Amino acid sequence: MLSTGKRLRGLAIVSMIALLSLVLFPAAAQAAYPDRPITIIVPFGAGGGTDQVARVLASLMQDELGVPVNVVNRAGGGGAVGHTAGATAAPDGYTITMITAELAMMHWMGLTNIDYTDFEPIGIVNMDPASVMVAANSPWQTLEDLMEDIKANPGKYRASGTGTGAIWDVARVGWLNAAGLTDGHLPWIPSTGAAQALQEMIAGGVHVVTNSISEGAAMIHAGTVRPLAVMGDERVVAFPDVPTLKEKGIDWSLGTWRGFAVPAGTPADVVKTLEAAVAKAVASDQYVTFMNDVGFGILWLPSDEARQFLAEQDEIMGTLMKQMGVAK
Amino acid sequence: MWENLVGAVALLAQPQVILIALISAVFGMFMGAVPGLTATMGMALLVPFTFFMDQVSVLVAVISMSGMAIFAGDIPGTLVRIPGTPSSAAYVDDAFILTQQGKAARALGLNVVGSALGGLFGALGLMLAAPALARFASRFTSFEYFWLAVLGLSATVAVSQGSVAKNGLSLLIGLFLATIGIDITLGIPRFTFGNVNLLSGISFIPAMVGLFGVSEVIRVTMEEFQGKEAPQIRFGLVEMIRNALDGLRARVRLFIQSGLTGVLVGALPGAGADIAAWVSYGFGKNTAKEPEKFGKGSEEAIISGTSANNAALAGTWIPALVFGIPGDSITAILLGVLMMKGIRPGPGIFENQGNLVYAIYLAFILANLLLIPLGWVATRTGLLMLRVPKRILMPCILLFCIVGAYAINNSMFDVGVMLVMGILGYMLQQLQVPTAPIVLGLILGPLMEQNFMMSVIKTQGSLAMFFTRPISAVLALLCLAAWLYPLYRKRRQARAAAAA
Repeated sequence: MLSTGKRLRGLAIVSMIALLSLVLFPAAAQAAYPDRPITIIVPFGAGGGTDQVARVLASLMQDELGVPVNVVNRAGGGGAVGHTAGATAAPDGYTITMITAELAMMHWMGLTNIDYTDFEPIGIVNMDPASVMVAANSPWQTLEDLMEDIKANPGKYRASGTGTGAIWDVARVGWLNAAGLTDGHLPWIPSTGAAQALQEMIAGGVHVVTNSISEGAAMIHAGTVRPLAVMGDERVVAFPDVPTLKEKGIDWSLGTWRGFAVPAGTPADVVKTLEAAVAKAVASDQYVTFMNDVGFGILWLPSDEARQFLAEQDEIMGTLMKQMGVAK
Repeated sequence: MWENLVGAVALLAQPQVILIALISAVFGMFMGAVPGLTATMGMALLVPFTFFMDQVSVLVAVISMSGMAIFAGDIPGTLVRIPGTPSSAAYVDDAFILTQQGKAARALGLNVVGSALGGLFGALGLMLAAPALARFASRFTSFEYFWLAVLGLSATVAVSQGSVAKNGLSLLIGLFLATIGIDITLGIPRFTFGNVNLLSGISFIPAMVGLFGVSEVIRVTMEEFQGKEAPQIRFGLVEMIRNALDGLRARVRLFIQSGLTGVLVGALPGAGADIAAWVSYGFGKNTAKEPEKFGKGSEEAIISGTSANNAALAGTWIPALVFGIPGDSITAILLGVLMMKGIRPGPGIFENQGNLVYAIYLAFILANLLLIPLGWVATRTGLLMLRVPKRILMPCILLFCIVGAYAINNSMFDVGVMLVMGILGYMLQQLQVPTAPIVLGLILGPLMEQNFMMSVIKTQGSLAMFFTRPISAVLALLCLAAWLYPLYRKRRQARAAAAA
């Protein structure tokens, strides 16, 4: 049996070590961020647009940060599952979420409690405006042709692009409102996404598709779809001949966007480190080439501007979704 | 044409292209054979590598990977009753029952040769009829897709044998499970009880792995854990081909019908190899020599499915190349890659980029010829599994099931889904209720519901268009035939029996 003195001394040494480790290790960890692999949660399936953007950036950030950056797909619930997982992760900078336009919509529909205030944005990296696309064999050559026809025949033509109340439906309502028309002028046919909506349009089931122009790029090049306008502030680089709604006197723009965020409460210096790495990746030749090749638009908003952007988007979506009756 | 062919041969006949074909095939084999990893995931994982490849290498890599993956899904299905990809689910019971009867070599041989020939048949369809098929497919609207889904559902359940009720019950369970999650049409969550994991519904890959794989593990554990030593199976390459060709020779008509079904269904945007296998299985059941054997170890069932799903792969390229519309989830990812590589799909692609189009044809032929020797090696390796004692094999299978179910969405919730489905599958099996229709319901249920809703919203409630559009009407008649034909056949048999 040990003497009391020896035991006390042992206790003292152990407490010293414990104290030392408390003081030393967090400091060491902070100084070294990042010192272990980083995970990017993508709230959609492997191979989709969001996944591709995330993977390209992950490989560039990996070079910048010097640690492996892994992409993990957490698809489901129209993005609710991945966003929830990302927002509830430990706020230590080792779990990043690729946030998407759905973040500004899902909580209005009552699908999740997560909204933009649960995240600390690192930056917005991409923006794809909605568009107005028609079949190449349709009579409408310009946006004016289409709008006049819709005005003269309210409810005769139909549009599609996603499910009811999802982003391209909101884009349609905003466009019609800004042009002085109502929801009923061009009713919505819900579909599973761009592929199904475009197929329906080619087959004559619907007349207008409002998805982003990049989603229709293959068919535009194939000459089966004609883009009439984009709902962006500026023209899209890959389609310089397609005018914006604003040029046509319709004050409306909306698009889908993607960015990176960490859970709220992440230390400011960690956010700074990540912001610098993402900024460099977004400016790289590889990223620019990739985005132009697949027809995605580049938009870089650093952390501060991104925070403001998220608040604006949330408000626009909320207003329109309430008007459309899809918000809870 | 000849200069295009020569040009294409020159593009393909390079050592690094052949090497890429081989590597992609082995990669595809892995993705297909491991339950939970799919051909679509394989395609997604290929994307970063395509950045560094030239046009032809990309085409060869994708074709070789996807063909091998869809075939390789048959291997675990046949050996241990776990379809490696959803495309192998339709005929997994037939293949596995043959294995239990000691005819694993025969079933696997049919898988290899049936897949390769099916793939070649698909390539033929792509070569001869792409523009016409694409035009036909582009006329499909929600009305036609609705009938296609109904046809797929009914052709499989309406059998001549007495198990219609049990098949129907199983299908209804699948259709019910398919209603869970956000309803795409109106955006309303159903049966989710506020659980965020249920918003996207029951993923059918974990469900499939549970229904087939886990239930089998449970059954073996309960019944034959001490199992007898498996016999050594002889399995030479030449022998395999000869046996399989023997099996196919007697069923040339069925094979052609399955290949055609595969190409046609594949060419429809949104319907890929998995739906092709089901529809073909259903047709096969109605036209087979021995329909009563379907689901009980029928070689005809295997031929219907295994050749249709590989034929469908070439079919999915048709709308993608001609109109830029993806034929399935693999070509959806592929289209992005093609555009990045400067390949612009469109009706003019056959004239403007002839060399490339011929390279695609040749790549399909090459990939499917490679499939025979590589498939033989893979199945030979797989057959070793049968010699592992079951008390060691079964825990390993369970481990693979868990990893696969987790991998698809990186979600423990899906592992739970798989285990629950495993128990449900075991219980249904004890009641002699087949479980394959549940998977069918999960795959086709959403297609049927969503297209029905879309149609009635378009017509504001009128159902007339379901019957007045020409293609729609033909599909409706086919459905009617699928329901009535078994009755007719039964009566004829009864009359024949009475006369004799």
